Amino acid sequence: MRVALFLTCVNDTLYPDTGRAVVKLLTRLGVEVDFPMAQTCCGQAHYNTGYRHEAEPLARHFSEVFGEYEAIVTPSGSCGAMVRELYPRMGERARAEGRGDTLAATLAPVVPKTYELTEFLVDVLGVTDVGAYYPHKVTYHPTCHGLRGLGLGERPLRLLRAVKGLELAELPGAEECCGFGGTFALKNADVSAAMGTDKVRNAESTGAEVLCAADNSCLMHIGGTMTRLRTGMRPVHIAEILASTEEEPAV
Amino acid sequence: MSGTFVGMPAFPAAARDAVRDTTLRGNLRHATHTIRAKRANAVAELADWAELREAGKRIKDHTLRHLDHYLVRLEESVTAAGGTVHWAADADEANRIVTRLVKETGESEVVKVKSMATQEIGLNEALEEEGIRAYETDLAELIVQLGKDRPSHILVPAIHRNRGEIREIFAREMGEWGRPAPDGLTDTPAELAEAARLHLREKFLRAKVGISGANFMVAETGTLVVVESEGNGRMCLTLPETLISVVGIEKIVPTWQDLEVFLQTLPRSSTAERMNPYTSTWTGTTDGDGPRTFHLVLLDNGRTDTLADEVGRQALRCIRCSACLNVCPVYERAGGHAYGSVYPGPIGAILSPQLRGIGSEIDASLPYASSLCGACYEVCPVAIDIPEVLVHLRERVVEGGQVTRAGNKVVLQPAKGHAAERAAMRAARWAFTRPGVLRAGQRLASRTRRVHPRTLPGPGRAWSGTRDLPPVPAEPFRDWWQRTRNGKGGAR
Ligand code: SF4
Repeated sequence: MRVALFLTCVNDTLYPDTGRAVVKLLTRLGVEVDFPMAQTCCGQAHYNTGYRHEAEPLARHFSEVFGEYEAIVTPSGSCGAMVRELYPRMGERARAEGRGDTLAATLAPVVPKTYELTEFLVDVLGVTDVGAYYPHKVTYHPTCHGLRGLGLGERPLRLLRAVKGLELAELPGAEECCGFGGTFALKNADVSAAMGTDKVRNAESTGAEVLCAADNSCLMHIGGTMTRLRTGMRPVHIAEILASTEEEPAV
Repeated sequence: MSGTFVGMPAFPAAARDAVRDTTLRGNLRHATHTIRAKRANAVAELADWAELREAGKRIKDHTLRHLDHYLVRLEESVTAAGGTVHWAADADEANRIVTRLVKETGESEVVKVKSMATQEIGLNEALEEEGIRAYETDLAELIVQLGKDRPSHILVPAIHRNRGEIREIFAREMGEWGRPAPDGLTDTPAELAEAARLHLREKFLRAKVGISGANFMVAETGTLVVVESEGNGRMCLTLPETLISVVGIEKIVPTWQDLEVFLQTLPRSSTAERMNPYTSTWTGTTDGDGPRTFHLVLLDNGRTDTLADEVGRQALRCIRCSACLNVCPVYERAGGHAYGSVYPGPIGAILSPQLRGIGSEIDASLPYASSLCGACYEVCPVAIDIPEVLVHLRERVVEGGQVTRAGNKVVLQPAKGHAAERAAMRAARWAFTRPGVLRAGQRLASRTRRVHPRTLPGPGRAWSGTRDLPPVPAEPFRDWWQRTRNGKGGAR
């Protein structure tokens, strides 16, 4: 199977390790990974801040770049939710504005083929044990768009439970938002920071060394709060845990 | 903190103060977390919750689509049952009607059932100006009124107060308004409730005019419905000679049968009860039973304008259960007052800017008072996609566009203060539609990574004040890919 990796602009620029981990993991599972170089950004920040018309060219660009692939895999719950949930909505809005079906038709092909990484592993490849080894105590934070937008449910936990050496600690208040919310973190910095602090304190209470999630944007916010609060905990993307093996362990 | 919401600062500034108020945060956290867990259990008990939610949504959508028809229907049934219907386009008109009706009775005191609609129009203040005193009889509203405070929650207006604060307010203020609190009042719930009971009982027995809102109005029968936990509302509805109900036009349901859905979803969503303790229904007037005169004031106040907005109109499905407040992490930290409206929390963030327009600073800031986490949508018993409406209203703020105000179509200009953001979004879009530009930017960031400041200037300061920035890696992913894969794949 040949899939396209949609890494997202944030991962590409700030978290290349996550991209390398996804490539390593999928290759190990026998998937041929392609990285279309023309990819940029799905337009989520634009859309969610109210700039729908600025997001449209980005969505069109996404569809042009990825339209021909069999499957598109992304290690980001929120960017995955953008394509799956909000692209159809953008098409509908354009139609409601009297601009016809063009946008909807352009975006439609990528919508059902876009998968968040853990969803792709469990639903498409049908694996929960990916042969990973990660000898650390880990707590899992289900990010909002993965949890409620895509409905990832137990999938990430099933994958984590199958990792050799990994001790999973339950996170109190797991389903509460960490307070990132894209531009929310800037526009309502005080509330955002208060939410982040509570998330980090809850994570600390588990005694885990690592907090993992399926979205680097949330991890950036949580991780930035962790170092500021001097917790000694580390934020790690779930892809990096799943890519880790006994021969090549992640640190 | 007293008086009206006029002159409220924008949400982020108001929230900043609330976040620092540790008593407030403690009170809110305790209350919302308790009710949140109970609600989840009460909902989980019903195997057909999803169907009920869908049914509620459909009934409301259908009614809103044919609102004109059902309102006429309602007026006919109320009139046939011996009531009088009045139409109020806005808050001022509604206040004028109610004031006139009270004056016509010759009374200068009224008792009130807890009602969001009368708070929305500032009825108590309007009556006060005309020399009429309105007594709130809901326990929490009483606490708010005696404390010269503002409500901070739809269902539990005094949620921001703890028992000690309530005892203090009762002991200090009750005597000013009627029967004083007993000497040596402690902060045990039973004693506080008893003090309120005695204080209120006097008012119920004396008052000749009652003022209420309603949770529902049934078009087919002309029946109004109030659900409550204390029974104080029922006393207000049945004891006075004249009853005046002020109700938003969206509160209508077509048939009596439709109540079946909402009387299951509302109590479970709001107080986590299977059934609310008191359900009062009244239909016009009945000889020898209840009020002899009944007036229904139907309030628009921005509702038909909201109805004209295809995306935003779903906010009118709201049955004011407050479940969205109780799960909202932003409400939990910011408190209800920060929303600058009688409707706080997620529903307030979408309803207030629609009813009032986004002209004021606070209304323009409300659509951003959310991290779009979606918890509100998940619990809403009528499936209002609050995040969707928030994003839609953000678009109104930054891009302007056509809206309906007071029945006229007007074109909104983008709100002030977003010029820099708009420029940044345009620039980002420009770069992101040109992969080469993105790549050049990434390389520049990587090459200069050692000299990146630890704190950011401008709006970024809000970030770096409380959180550390991630370091920029030496090599973006796409460079690694090209280097190691030798440009294999990625032909596009
Ligand atoms: S928006 Fe939904 S959850 Fe919130 S108060 Fe209204 S009905 Fe309840």
